[in-house]
Amino acid sequence: MEKKPNLLIVDDELIVRDSLSKWFREENYDVSTADSAAAALALLAERPFDIALVDIKMPGTDGIELQRRLKEINPDLVVIIMTGYASVETAVSALKNGAYDYVTKPFDPDDIAHTLKNALAHKSTEHENVRLRETIAATTKPQDLVGQSSAMRRVCEAIETVGPTDATVLITGESGTGKELVARAIHSASPRRYNPFVVLHCGALAESLLESELFGHEKGAFTGAQYRKKGSFETAEGGSVFLDEIGDISLKTQTDLLRVLQEREITRVGATQPLHVDFRCIAATNKNLEGLIEEGKFRCDLFYRLNVFQIHLPALRERKEDIPLLADHFVHKFAVAMNKPVVRVAPGAMELLMRCAWPGNVRELENAIERAMVVAHNSELEPGDFSLRLPTSYGSARTLEEAERVHILEVLDECHGNQTLAAEVLDIDRVTLHNKLKRYGWKKVTADAP
Amino acid sequence: MKCIQLVPLGDVPPNLVEVLSVTLAKVFSARCQILPPQPTPAYAFNVDRGQYSSMQILARMAASPNLTAWKVLAVTYFDLYIPVLTFVFGEAQLDGACAVVSAHRLRQEVYGFPADQPLLQERLLKEAVHELGHTLGLMHCDDRSCVMSSSHSVEWIDLKTARFCATCQANSQPRLAATTR
Repeated sequence: MEKKPNLLIVDDELIVRDSLSKWFREENYDVSTADSAAAALALLAERPFDIALVDIKMPGTDGIELQRRLKEINPDLVVIIMTGYASVETAVSALKNGAYDYVTKPFDPDDIAHTLKNALAHKSTEHENVRLRETIAATTKPQDLVGQSSAMRRVCEAIETVGPTDATVLITGESGTGKELVARAIHSASPRRYNPFVVLHCGALAESLLESELFGHEKGAFTGAQYRKKGSFETAEGGSVFLDEIGDISLKTQTDLLRVLQEREITRVGATQPLHVDFRCIAATNKNLEGLIEEGKFRCDLFYRLNVFQIHLPALRERKEDIPLLADHFVHKFAVAMNKPVVRVAPGAMELLMRCAWPGNVRELENAIERAMVVAHNSELEPGDFSLRLPTSYGSARTLEEAERVHILEVLDECHGNQTLAAEVLDIDRVTLHNKLKRYGWKKVTADAP
Repeated sequence: MKCIQLVPLGDVPPNLVEVLSVTLAKVFSARCQILPPQPTPAYAFNVDRGQYSSMQILARMAASPNLTAWKVLAVTYFDLYIPVLTFVFGEAQLDGACAVVSAHRLRQEVYGFPADQPLLQERLLKEAVHELGHTLGLMHCDDRSCVMSSSHSVEWIDLKTARFCATCQANSQPRLAATTR
């Protein structure tokens, strides 16, 4: 059963108190009455109230002064002032002192019922708003970025530094390192945090679709555009836009994007009038943008616009000391989500996790733990719960060259044949790797191979 | 058998009370007795407002030594008020015996429309059942179709039915089952 709202009626006239309290009890309010300011303050000290109806004219402390004191004790209390004679001065004075509204006696029954219902709805909305803000703050704090390595500490410091500013941020790092998480942390550390955070994965969309997603479109702008649609920049009004995989957008879209960043204006596809937009831009890429500029695939002026402040996320293999912390974090996360009593990774399994190269970075580690959690039967994740491609112990390899060959092919396999990534993991030049592979007679196997 | 006494206060069209007595008897499965009309209650008249105090009328009814019926409902054709409200359609003793209901603002003529006797009769029945519901200890109900839903204008009265919802019916059952107060 829903809780009755607590109403405090303060009026020095008995007949007013009696008739109002009877009427509001029938309206399902939990009513208390007080015949003076002192009695009202004493009641408020004893128990909380949702709403107070206070007469403006009372002997001793008047309604305006009482309202001020009631608000001091309980700032959440909704106060409605009752007056026998409406005047602009009275209304202004009551509202200036924080009253929600004022009503003139005698009240129209419909009006007073609505005034109180609206006041309660307003209070409930304010509470909801506070709760949501707390939830947002709690769920997007940079604590989600797990790691105590010096590299991750530098990332957290950078977020704290750049977050409160309005600077454009470019986040770089390999796939799976947590670039979107960092972008969210920057947004939540900024004054824009209560406004939208809009994510757009540029690489996943065709050029025409990306334009529509970024800038919106007018009705009839193209076949299938049945309705006007807001783009990401408009949707993010007052908030942040996170453009992931920015290195994948076409030169034409780069030109349009550059104009938006410079002018803070967009033109919807099919529209003629530009619209002013207020947003913060956070971009991310796993590509080497400077390399793309040299190849003529990325505009250098856009790069400079995006690269106001750069945060580089280290690959997981560069911060292996964070693996135990991350593993514990994911075990806890999935234990709650799956309602499984798994508490940690067993020492033997942790040793295996430390030996992995993790070319897919934190995302790969997270997936490995999630899978292990699904199959786990004990309170600890055992080595057998994991399905990992670990570096071999080089089996029958005897010579250094044989061991090197086995190791290189192993890493290349983990990197799904991606030579650039494998070279980074092995910390050797890509050309060196290419030459070694050529010497081994290695050929890339594609899905089309017979 | 339970008895509801209807008391016309002042000039009330007799047929209005007669039809009400028949319909009320069905709703409450009770006998309805129409008492002789009482004079307009001058003691409850407020000269400044030109209205009659329902609180004073109820107080006088409750103090009557002849109060023996299960419920007593006064029916008026004049306007009622309580001190802080501009008007009331009626008032009742919560969990008591007496109630008063006014037909004044239930009339279409008050709102500039032609008279509509069936509509007036229907509204009066709903308000009479509503006030008698308060005498059964019922509060206002959130179910908009329930007769106990709060209605501060005729539009809201027209939206609801003359019946108790299942919850209000269940809550009033012990008192409805009683034949005496």
